[in-house]
Amino acid sequence: MIPGLYATLGIAGLAAVTVVTRGFFLFSDREIELPAWAVQGLRYAPIAALVAVISPEIVLTDGALISTWQDARIYAVVAATAYFWWRRGILGTIVTGTAVLLALKIGLGW
Amino acid sequence: MSLVRHPEFRRGFNEMVAPSLGIAAWGLVTGVAMVKSGLSLPLALAMTFLVYAGSAQLAALPLIVAGAPLWVLWATAFCVNLRFVIYSAHWRRYFGHLPRAQRLLLGYFAVDLSYVLFARRFPEAVPQPEQLPYFWGGVVWNWISWQGASLLGILIADKVPTQWNLGFAGVLALLGVTYSLLSDKKSWAAAGVAAVVAVAAFALPLKLNIVTAIAAGVAIGLLLERKFSDTGPERV
Repeated sequence: MIPGLYATLGIAGLAAVTVVTRGFFLFSDREIELPAWAVQGLRYAPIAALVAVISPEIVLTDGALISTWQDARIYAVVAATAYFWWRRGILGTIVTGTAVLLALKIGLGW
Repeated sequence: MSLVRHPEFRRGFNEMVAPSLGIAAWGLVTGVAMVKSGLSLPLALAMTFLVYAGSAQLAALPLIVAGAPLWVLWATAFCVNLRFVIYSAHWRRYFGHLPRAQRLLLGYFAVDLSYVLFARRFPEAVPQPEQLPYFWGGVVWNWISWQGASLLGILIADKVPTQWNLGFAGVLALLGVTYSLLSDKKSWAAAGVAAVVAVAAFALPLKLNIVTAIAAGVAIGLLLERKFSDTGPERV
């Protein structure tokens, strides 16, 4: 069970993050100049953050690398990846991966 | 309200209808994932209605489940949301003349699709009277389709057996977003390094593997920028 106070604070902070990021350059009444390295860094931070969050979710089970082939996540990720590079649609990527995930979970009990 | 009766409101609304189907599917996944991660109903509702940022919400869920420190949670969401910081610099050129409170309100509702459609409708970044009605028309439909689908996901999540691991659909959604961001070799390198570091440093306390991996990914990106800067300026 997730502690209520922790989650409440966490969500309140996430809401503040939404306000701050979406309104970042709208807040000041004056123009803001960013240094060039910061602008370059901005390009890589989102992708690094997304990968940092999802890669352990994909390849780890309780902190150890997946040690069995009977893990539905492997095939869901492969199918989703194949779909994305074939059609480049995010919606289809979710649907394809989830379909494979559910087929293996429900059909084979993986 | 004259804003709603403006023909551009309808146009903004209509142009949002087709692309927001994808948004609805994404909202459904997010709704299910929030409840399946163990958030209570009030917390899941608070998250969808207050945070209103799908990828940040999905990225936050595994961290909340793991009890990561709040600053790690917030820093991760901030990084996932950094694209909005870039959009906001662009929004400023359209809405910079408005009062601050209104600017921030517009910014809060300015999701990815709003940005893409708006920039297509008004390629020239100068203020025009049609812009506010167009903006709000799209925002209204985007908000309804996202929140409606998210709400549906929250409500049906209990009917879905936990062993189906449907929360993983959230990871698949983020995977699709990640692929769509892989524009050149430098971004592949940043992603690869971040992935390896996040997994290799998983045993670090306080979910610090996430922050470490972000720092490593950005550092590699900047390093390669510096090394290959003679290839010409990159678009931001």
